Amino acid sequence: MTIAMPQPDPGVLAARDSFLGELAGIVPPDNMVTDEAGLKTYECDGLSAYRELPLGVALPETTGEVARILELCRRYHVKVVPRGSGTGLSGGALPLKDGLLLGLGKFNRILDIDYANRCVTVQPGVTNLAISQAVDHCGFYYAPDPSSQLACSIGGNVAENSGGVHCLKYGVTTNNLLGLEIVLMSGEIVRIGGKYMDSDGYDLLGIVTGSEGLLGVITEVTVRILPKPASVSTLLIGFDDLASAGDCVTRIIASGIIPAGLELMDRAAVHATEDFCKAGYPLDVEALLICELDGPGPEVGELAGRVEEIAEDLGAHTIRRAASEEERERFWLGRKSAFPAVGRISPDYYCIDGTIPRGRLAEVLTRMEDLSTRHGLGVVNVFHAGDGNLHPLIMYDIDKPGDLEKAEALARDILTLCVEVGGVLSGEHGIGVEKRDLMGTMFSDLDLKQQQRVKCAFDPDGLLNPGKVFPVLHRCAELGHMHVHRGQVPFPDLPRF
Amino acid sequence: MTGKTFRPVDETELAGVVAWAAADGVPLEIIGSGSKRGLGHAIDADHVIDMSERTGIVDYEPAELVLTVEAGTKIAAIETQLGEANQQMAFEPPDYGPLLDHPAATATIGGTMAGNLSGPRRVSAGAARDHALGMEAVTGRGEVIRAGGRVVKNVTGYDLTRLLCGSWGTLAVVTRFSLKVLPAPEMTRTLIVAGLTPSAGCRVMGEVLASQHEVSAAAWLPADMAAKSAVDYVSSPGTTVTAVRIEGPPASVLARHDSLRSMLAAHGPVEELHGHNSGMFWKEVRDVAAFVTPEAAVMRLSVPPASGAVVCDRVTASGGHAFLDWGGGLAWCSFAPSPATATAIRDIATSLGGHATLIRAGEKLKAEVPVFHPQPAARRDLSRRIREGFDPRGILNPGRMAMEV
Repeated sequence: MTIAMPQPDPGVLAARDSFLGELAGIVPPDNMVTDEAGLKTYECDGLSAYRELPLGVALPETTGEVARILELCRRYHVKVVPRGSGTGLSGGALPLKDGLLLGLGKFNRILDIDYANRCVTVQPGVTNLAISQAVDHCGFYYAPDPSSQLACSIGGNVAENSGGVHCLKYGVTTNNLLGLEIVLMSGEIVRIGGKYMDSDGYDLLGIVTGSEGLLGVITEVTVRILPKPASVSTLLIGFDDLASAGDCVTRIIASGIIPAGLELMDRAAVHATEDFCKAGYPLDVEALLICELDGPGPEVGELAGRVEEIAEDLGAHTIRRAASEEERERFWLGRKSAFPAVGRISPDYYCIDGTIPRGRLAEVLTRMEDLSTRHGLGVVNVFHAGDGNLHPLIMYDIDKPGDLEKAEALARDILTLCVEVGGVLSGEHGIGVEKRDLMGTMFSDLDLKQQQRVKCAFDPDGLLNPGKVFPVLHRCAELGHMHVHRGQVPFPDLPRF
Repeated sequence: MTGKTFRPVDETELAGVVAWAAADGVPLEIIGSGSKRGLGHAIDADHVIDMSERTGIVDYEPAELVLTVEAGTKIAAIETQLGEANQQMAFEPPDYGPLLDHPAATATIGGTMAGNLSGPRRVSAGAARDHALGMEAVTGRGEVIRAGGRVVKNVTGYDLTRLLCGSWGTLAVVTRFSLKVLPAPEMTRTLIVAGLTPSAGCRVMGEVLASQHEVSAAAWLPADMAAKSAVDYVSSPGTTVTAVRIEGPPASVLARHDSLRSMLAAHGPVEELHGHNSGMFWKEVRDVAAFVTPEAAVMRLSVPPASGAVVCDRVTASGGHAFLDWGGGLAWCSFAPSPATATAIRDIATSLGGHATLIRAGEKLKAEVPVFHPQPAARRDLSRRIREGFDPRGILNPGRMAMEV
């Protein structure tokens, strides 16, 4: 591990037995994990390069239990790390040695399906896919579809503001959320929004979404559901060079078409996936686009035709339109198998997540190749091209001394490049511990302090998931202080008054 | 107001003034064009910061679907520029100027985002806040901050941009917004069904919004309001009107039009509005044109969409008028100003699990009825603490949201 986490509090470690004893008064023994073997199950999330054993694990089943646990933690000054399914890729659920890991997996019930108001209320441990499955027979679905949707929890989706393949047209989690129930470190239960549009007062839904478990523990989620599109058309478009593929993405969007999904794979990704799952991709391409259009039948057909014209105009080498659902699934098979496919050609891989302006795609891909050569590690590119969300997979071998450090250095360079061209450090995976120390490349000290003041409003003692997102931890008392330079801004001298 | 009006030339100068005011605890009112000054409680401020000269498009790349604009830029000016590239702000920013006794077409992007105000397409395309990507602002501490970015997918730090949308200038003075823009539809059609009761209207709106026809807006108007419409097809039947809008490429619109028309014909006589008429009708709904009368108070209720009819029935029973937008989820109510009626209407929203905002009211009514929906203690206290983090001395638009202890 090459990132510094907050120093464990010796007082908390010393009081472990007494703390766990009181915890046992809140949750039944089956819902607690305290032995080392059991704790190991929780030592990391989807970012497995970072591991730590938590002080203990609690698996509450009710909002009341969560509130009592948080009150107890505050009394003992025990830090709390919330965790959903543990599929996060930025280490947001990385345990702390002196922190309680709060697993929300037992919050797994769908509470209310309301077709008349087109919304579903669930507990946070319900998986993303389970929501769509529950309303599928009535012709509805929940739009954000992260690739881990089979396993990832909706609570985690809210915490990381997850996206997915189809968010180009339908938005990310924050655009599909109607209500939340959260518990603050004080044990207070706060309900935000509901079955209606636009919550009242400050946009607390907005600030909690994507806050990476640092503001409150999510105990209930209400999302909007959409009618499934009437028809879908999927195109596979191959190019001889990356620049033309990038241009194609830009031209499609500029022409007024918003595809449901627009994905790009580079040569290495095409070959790796073809070897892995035989999706039938053309192997003589430098870049392969998957463009999916959905909506009313006549619209989809017309727009697919326009996309084909753009592709032809740019000299596409292959243009195929899926003629059947079976063929459409085959087009997607390779894309969806990309990660395991890369896992087969490389002992380890590191999935990066950053967003850039679409227009800089070709330039960034070229510069990324140079970086890859410079660091001596291969990079495979599979990503959401339509919204500029890159997912370079850096290939390395953890058993090779120095390889992990090289991979981390390359990742830093790639993310810095994203910021340099006007993009951001994370499109959908979050900052967590992974990109925490890069926050300074995007934000000033003032920006970060203001963000932390929001945290102080929710969690004044800084007990909820500390060590994530922010590179420097400030005490709330220090942040609250206002530096007054009286006399330095003479009011009457200001122009145009 | 005996104070001064300050028009900052840039954010450094703005930060200087706010820092000065913060040091001495001098309250400031923040305005753009001032068209929504009447919305919210009276602000007890010594001086005014006028952002209306901070105008202009900083950066607009149609192919990126991103626009960066100075906060004082008029919505009308932005729409003209976007129109040249066949694009739009999909949340259909409303113009409440006339509703709030100001001229039309003066609203700025800063004021619109500060109120998180969205028009009829909100039901399908999301709210103003859903189209905010990033911002630059000066906090109540007099510090310049940036948040978000110029890309759609972004989980880098807290989403302060969204937090500032709907905060009515009580957290920071936004100087610039980056917004997501979208292609404008090539064709628009509106289908109207005459004579439906509120509950039948609500049911029909729910049905079409749950269909695969990608309905972009759905509204229900009572007979007396429909009669006021400048669109003949809407005013002439002399009864209620349920309206459904579809947009998109021509082939798609025409095909959906046919299937929707047969769906709707089961409920009553169907008419259709094309280009100009359709545009005029939705502008009337968007800007609450029917309620622009000097004597009435106006409240806006956000409720679960299927409950819209309940609002209409109860408001009508208490002598008020109501119409529905957002497929029933937004109920606009007009009534003779009285604290009892205003409170009764707000209670309807509360009982349905929604909330109510007093949009148009005289100072007398606002002195007795909170403009913004009262919040449970835990949420109210949390919001106060958030405000203290941005504006510890409470100098920005103090009193407007009546959050002060």
